Amino acid sequence: MKTLTINTKPHSVDVPDDMPLLWVIRDVVGLTGTKFGCGIAQCGACTVHIDGVATRSCITTVGDAKGKKITTIEGLSYDGEHPVQRAWVEHAVPQCGYCQSGQMMTASALLAKTKHPTDTEIDNAMTGNICRCGTYPRIKVAIKRAAELA
Amino acid sequence: MDRGRFLATTAAFGAGLALAVGANGVVSLASAADLTDGAPDPFATNAWVFVRPDSTAVVRINKSEMGQGVVTGLPMLVAEELDLPFARIAVEVAPAQDRYADPGFRDMTTGGSQSMANMYPILRGAGATARAMFVSAAAAQWNVPPSECTTAAGSVVHAASNRTIAYGAVAIAAAALPVPKDVPLKDPAKFTLIGTSPKRTDIDAKVHAKARYGLDVVVPGMVYATVLRPPTFGATLAHVDSAAALKVHGVKKVFPVAAGVAVVATNTWAAMQGREKLKATWTPGPAAHLDSHALFAEGEKLAKTSGVVVPTMSKGDVDAATGTVHEAVYRGPYLAHAAMEPMNATAHVRADRVEVWASTQVQSRVRDIAAKIAGVPAASVTVHTTFLGGGFGGRLEVDPIADAVEISKTMKLPVKVTWRREDDIKHDYFRAMSVNVVRAKLDANGKPAAWEHRVASASVFKRWLPVAFNKGVDTVSVDGATPAGYTFAAKRTVFADHETGVPVGFMRAPGANWNTFVTESFLDELAHAAKSDPLAYRLALLDPASREYAVLQLAAQKANYGKHPAGRAHGIALCEWGGSLGALVAECSMKGKQVVVHRVVMAADIGTVVHPDIARAQLEGAINYGIAMAMDAKITIKNGAVEQNNFDDYTVLRMVDAPKIETHLVASTVKPTGVGELGTPPIAPAIANAVFSLTGKRVRTLPFADALA
Repeated sequence: MKTLTINTKPHSVDVPDDMPLLWVIRDVVGLTGTKFGCGIAQCGACTVHIDGVATRSCITTVGDAKGKKITTIEGLSYDGEHPVQRAWVEHAVPQCGYCQSGQMMTASALLAKTKHPTDTEIDNAMTGNICRCGTYPRIKVAIKRAAELA
Repeated sequence: MDRGRFLATTAAFGAGLALAVGANGVVSLASAADLTDGAPDPFATNAWVFVRPDSTAVVRINKSEMGQGVVTGLPMLVAEELDLPFARIAVEVAPAQDRYADPGFRDMTTGGSQSMANMYPILRGAGATARAMFVSAAAAQWNVPPSECTTAAGSVVHAASNRTIAYGAVAIAAAALPVPKDVPLKDPAKFTLIGTSPKRTDIDAKVHAKARYGLDVVVPGMVYATVLRPPTFGATLAHVDSAAALKVHGVKKVFPVAAGVAVVATNTWAAMQGREKLKATWTPGPAAHLDSHALFAEGEKLAKTSGVVVPTMSKGDVDAATGTVHEAVYRGPYLAHAAMEPMNATAHVRADRVEVWASTQVQSRVRDIAAKIAGVPAASVTVHTTFLGGGFGGRLEVDPIADAVEISKTMKLPVKVTWRREDDIKHDYFRAMSVNVVRAKLDANGKPAAWEHRVASASVFKRWLPVAFNKGVDTVSVDGATPAGYTFAAKRTVFADHETGVPVGFMRAPGANWNTFVTESFLDELAHAAKSDPLAYRLALLDPASREYAVLQLAAQKANYGKHPAGRAHGIALCEWGGSLGALVAECSMKGKQVVVHRVVMAADIGTVVHPDIARAQLEGAINYGIAMAMDAKITIKNGAVEQNNFDDYTVLRMVDAPKIETHLVASTVKPTGVGELGTPPIAPAIANAVFSLTGKRVRTLPFADALA
């Protein structure tokens, strides 16, 4: 048994140390907002915050996440009104929506560090997150809007 | 109408179906058993609209939401005719029953950008019929002629006596009335909702992690599985040693299934770890020696020497025409759909019934394959449709559903099957590779006196819908090969079915996504051969009164065609898809050997625009999908196996390479014709045409990364 702190709540889980955090969050803890996309840190669908840093949970073992503050999309804000979420609604960003948890987690980590990112800073931060629906132009606009709302 | 049924059905909506999105964005996953009793439904004349006593309504749709906006656009049609505020409407996906068949597909299928086109009259009619019944019920209660009543904001109004009654208050009376036939639809000039962009019904769920995709399905007591599939096409399992797999923490069972070897575990990760530990040997099939290079050579021979004339795309005597001959050979690779949600499905097989939860585009096929594998009648299968994490045609196939049903049947438990991304890439039904030979004879003015397009590619219909593979012609495989809008004095389109053993399927704008690259690139070649501007050359081949002409002009005008910063070039292309027309201008430059797309301006004529913002989003997305198809992506076959694995070697578009996109919609009152795919076909040729202006190099083989290397 080990205890993980996810969205400020403790969760006791009985899993091997080398199990990726992604599958612990999804299949064991039961929070399904964090998505499986590739399993090799290429697509960003599984992005969570670990101690505030955008992290690919598919290649982060549960052993490495122990004792750290893990935030998933479900815990991004207590009321679902994080500036990124508001901006995502305002600009109707999601199409299929599957990658958007990861997109918002990466974007919110960027904005926490860089209050008003430039286009290049946005590209650099976001280019690890794939969206096959091609919502990139709206994501970019929404990140700038979120910067205003913050 | 059967009043009892109406109320019982209405009451059942508390439970909701697999995908039910409330106006408040709440999504529920629950049993739909009460809606799938298979009994003849007296309410079937209007199985789409259910008005509750509180004057809110549920609209049932027969389409899957994969980002294209059906959970918003389709209920808008009902709300418009019903005069009910859109915010009071909740929407859910219907169960897989014949009464929800799409009139075009004749079953429950989402594809071909046909949802809006096919359902436009039906859902408007459903709303108008329901409205007429509320008017009749209120008029009867007030003892006034129905013709004196109007409706507004979910109420019936009798202005002469200054009376108003909410729909909900007459719901019972309305339900007791016979269903009127042929109720007239609203004059489009009086639309107040269609043509506006209300908030998408799914957006709150998708932003707040409440949207449930196939991969998110949780059924009490379920186990998790994955399947080891054969390394080469058509190979069969000879032997598997599962001892090491069974030692993995959490692995419960390993056994052969039709598709390979199933590993069942207490979580997805354990199943995948177990799969890694399997030692399997395979008996190769006849496709074990397939090789992309050989297939392209074979395709070229087929394109040049065989095939069947496509009558609908041929006219006049191509051979008798005279002029300067231009000929080119184009080659397109296999491509994988690579939707963000890897293939998966959940099934629970019981002795007498089956439940399936799936992110699918084909509920009817899901129902039928589940029934076949489980050995139950189709009516005993309940299909719960979740949100789809992308479709693009990839979810027109049912392989993961077959996995889940077969494994659940053995396990006697609910089972969720998840494919690794590598399986999703390697075991896709690919966009077919294609070799195209195009020829034209140019007259003294440089215009094509004759046009010939010979396509060698694999038919998808031959497997997917054999009845549609007619006399050797697959109409989808040749889509876009010879656009009807251009005037060619003589034209011939030829299709050679290049059957290879590699599974092929439909991918966003199938046929057209490749043939348009050939056609619009070759027209550019002809324009340059005729020393004509590519835009002017195209316009001269179009009827000035045509929608093609108008949309091409609009794109050129909005893009300021021909006026671009130094070092950049404009490429232009036109496309027809399912009755919609699109044209775009791509502004590109070269960065070393790489083409950079800076800006894309697209004009689209999609008939009546129901929800302009969703239409724009679809164009933006389809353009980016088309860029991803053309820039780096390719599936290559070596020794009967796919060489690519995951997003590290199957490269798709990322934000850093995504262009600015502007979209312009043509105002129209003709019926809607679909927008989900229109942006995909014209982008690659527009880029290629810009590359020619920049470098003098004509790209005839995709991806660009290979052609420009």
